[in-house]
Amino acid sequence: MSSHTDTPATGPEVGPVTNILVCGIGGQGVMTAAELLAQAAISLGHDVKKTEVAGMAQRGGVVTSHVRFGPKVVAPAIAPGEADLLIGFEVAEALRWTTHLKPDGCAMVNVMRIPPLVVSGGLFPYPDDPVAQMQASGRQVIAFDAEAIARQLGTVRLVNTILLGAIADHLPFPAEVLRDTVLAGFRARKPALVELNAQAFDTGRATAREREMAKAV
Amino acid sequence: MNVIAEAPALSRLLMSGNEAVARGVWEAGARVATAYPGTPSTEILESLADYPDINVQWSVNEKVALEVAIGASIAGGRAFCAMKHVGLNVAADPLLSQTLPGANGGLVIGVADDVGLSSSQNEQDSRYWGRFGHMPVFEPGDSQEARDMVMEAFEVSERHGVAAILRLTTRVCHVKAMAEVGERLDPPLKPFEINPRRWVVVPVNAKALLPNMFARDGRLTEESTNSPLNQEWSGSDSRLGIIASGPAAMNAREACPDAPLFKLGMSHPMPLERLKAFAAKVDKVLVVEEVEPLIETELKAAGVAVHGKDVLPQYGELTAPIVRQTVAGLLGETVPAPALAETAPEVFPRPPTLCAGCPHLTPFYCLSKLRKKVVITGDIGCYTLGVGHPWNAVDTCTCMGASITMAHGLEAVLKETDPSKRLVATIGDSTFLHMGMQGLVNMVYNRANVTLLLLDNATVAMTGGQDHPGTGRDIHGMETPKVDYRTLCLALGVDENHYHDVDPYDLPRLFKILRTEVEAPGVSVIRTNRPCVLTDKFCNNPPLKVVDEDCTGCGNCLAVGCPAIMVTRRETTTDNRGREKELTFVKIDSEFCTGCDTCVATCGPKCIVPATAEATP
Repeated sequence: MSSHTDTPATGPEVGPVTNILVCGIGGQGVMTAAELLAQAAISLGHDVKKTEVAGMAQRGGVVTSHVRFGPKVVAPAIAPGEADLLIGFEVAEALRWTTHLKPDGCAMVNVMRIPPLVVSGGLFPYPDDPVAQMQASGRQVIAFDAEAIARQLGTVRLVNTILLGAIADHLPFPAEVLRDTVLAGFRARKPALVELNAQAFDTGRATAREREMAKAV
Repeated sequence: MNVIAEAPALSRLLMSGNEAVARGVWEAGARVATAYPGTPSTEILESLADYPDINVQWSVNEKVALEVAIGASIAGGRAFCAMKHVGLNVAADPLLSQTLPGANGGLVIGVADDVGLSSSQNEQDSRYWGRFGHMPVFEPGDSQEARDMVMEAFEVSERHGVAAILRLTTRVCHVKAMAEVGERLDPPLKPFEINPRRWVVVPVNAKALLPNMFARDGRLTEESTNSPLNQEWSGSDSRLGIIASGPAAMNAREACPDAPLFKLGMSHPMPLERLKAFAAKVDKVLVVEEVEPLIETELKAAGVAVHGKDVLPQYGELTAPIVRQTVAGLLGETVPAPALAETAPEVFPRPPTLCAGCPHLTPFYCLSKLRKKVVITGDIGCYTLGVGHPWNAVDTCTCMGASITMAHGLEAVLKETDPSKRLVATIGDSTFLHMGMQGLVNMVYNRANVTLLLLDNATVAMTGGQDHPGTGRDIHGMETPKVDYRTLCLALGVDENHYHDVDPYDLPRLFKILRTEVEAPGVSVIRTNRPCVLTDKFCNNPPLKVVDEDCTGCGNCLAVGCPAIMVTRRETTTDNRGREKELTFVKIDSEFCTGCDTCVATCGPKCIVPATAEATP
């Protein structure tokens, strides 16, 4: 390797970065959703950093995945108050991570409730109305029952695709880019599921729009 | 398919730091790679197992892993060894003993510090080992640097005949970032020589090697001074300069893009003269490093005035806002920090849980029923979760294998102070093979009175399900001789009348044997023998359900701690003696239930029955 020079290098430019925090519970597909968001950003030539914090056990604990993309991404993780978007796979988890959102950030929340053993065992209460608590912080919250939609479409496994569809109009790139990324994954591995996931993505997107329109009126 | 392993040279793709290290090890032409699994380092070896022309092995512990790598290096091949931070404590003996003779083929030790404590018993700083053992330390900050620096570490190791430490942290290992890969190099093997003066560190030889080690330190300082991995990044605002390493440097750059930054990639030995020159160009210097103030202390000792842990947090992960706030404070400025000021909403904790059908559920259920009689030592694995609700059945946990040895020590005192107490040690299969066998033979030899619960789920579960000598499969999934625990324990001196293989799903039998053995004198071993539910060895049975109209709300089944059992409603009634009693009614989530049947034995009214398809709502 060549020796150093005395002229300092310029180092990486710190440009505008989009920060998306995905949160939920181990086994729900949080990391898969984050991976797809990262792949969509890469397909547009963005620099990307993605990181997870999964607790000790593989199932049942809190999982968050950080996705950062832009012309150049330097720091690995999203700090409190810096997320543009929050995708909550479970409503109390969405509440837990609310303060990671910027004051003008947007949360896309699945209202499904999964109480852990310490709650069902009576040691801690489950928050009465997590969505209202999130809204009270002044942030935009779009909440709906993604599980119910998934069941209507045939399987709860579609929750992931529905939530990605719901967030698609809030990204700094066209919704179709994320849609193509999601479907390309299925086309490569499970072609039989492409149609169903396309439907799930579109239904999620339409549902989020409806909620926003309803609020705007 | 491992896309990183398959990627042709010059391709640029998204990869984790661990995957990037694996790629770099392979590209550097390493012949041997060893590891014991440990978060956050595990995926390095898992990924390396997919590469050709390299001997990749799971070792039984980190000491063994390092010694295999040292042997390969002495033989002239490049060798790599990975572990988590506490693993290097286990390997400290070979680490500090090999440093005098040093490396022949390049030898790199990848050690992953769990900064922020996501899955470990402490937050220690592995960079100390570089100082302790007179070895160079490399600190990558992202995937590209991880791949590049591991390759450079091999070069430096071979050039100076010294093992190199690649210090990783969670935010390198588990961060995916874009990185470009290259071709595999084909470095010639270094000649292997029979040379007892170098390789046999008896005192006379070791003494003769000491001056070499200090001369080597000087050459390494020169290497570090000239290393392009130690680079100065310009900045327009010379009021404050930052000296940083690893991912902390990334956070510092993000926080203060206008501050001049000296980024240390080869952080030990430090390029002191360059750092002094850097410090002279700015008004103030802040050292940003994670865990211990090593760079800071050495700079202060060299007479360079710097800030560091006096203004930054003493522990935990650093983030850009923390650095931004700190710098603002040093410059007498204020920056708006709404997020840091805003308190997060209070939400119940969601601790990790044992899985539905986990074979560890019943041992901890049984221990919770014997709670008044037993003191329970725990060990490192999923089963440490036995400390939590509803079992509350782990009293100590220190390090790998310490359940057995500490039970032995506890018993030595408690038998005098509280003779009614019985000692139970709980340890998993892989932890037992890692460092538990020695404790067991020691107990037998010293006539201890301890019951050992060997929780064999046939995998290293907590790190994601790796193989080990007890599973009969190697890292590639190929068949290999399998440890027979019964034969092993009997050979170590356990009385065969006090060795039991028990099906943990047979709750009544497990409880009976455990209750009998804790009262028996001497050393007993009870091995449970069902596989982890997350491995492919596990087979589901049809799920169960609760017949709602028959459930009396006794709540006994909840004491098993299975997450498939959910509370539906609570009621308070008055019993026949007029006392208030809380009733808890339950259902079983058929999507999670594995049909292991263990809750059936706890159900008073016998209302847990097989769920039929039409009965599932």
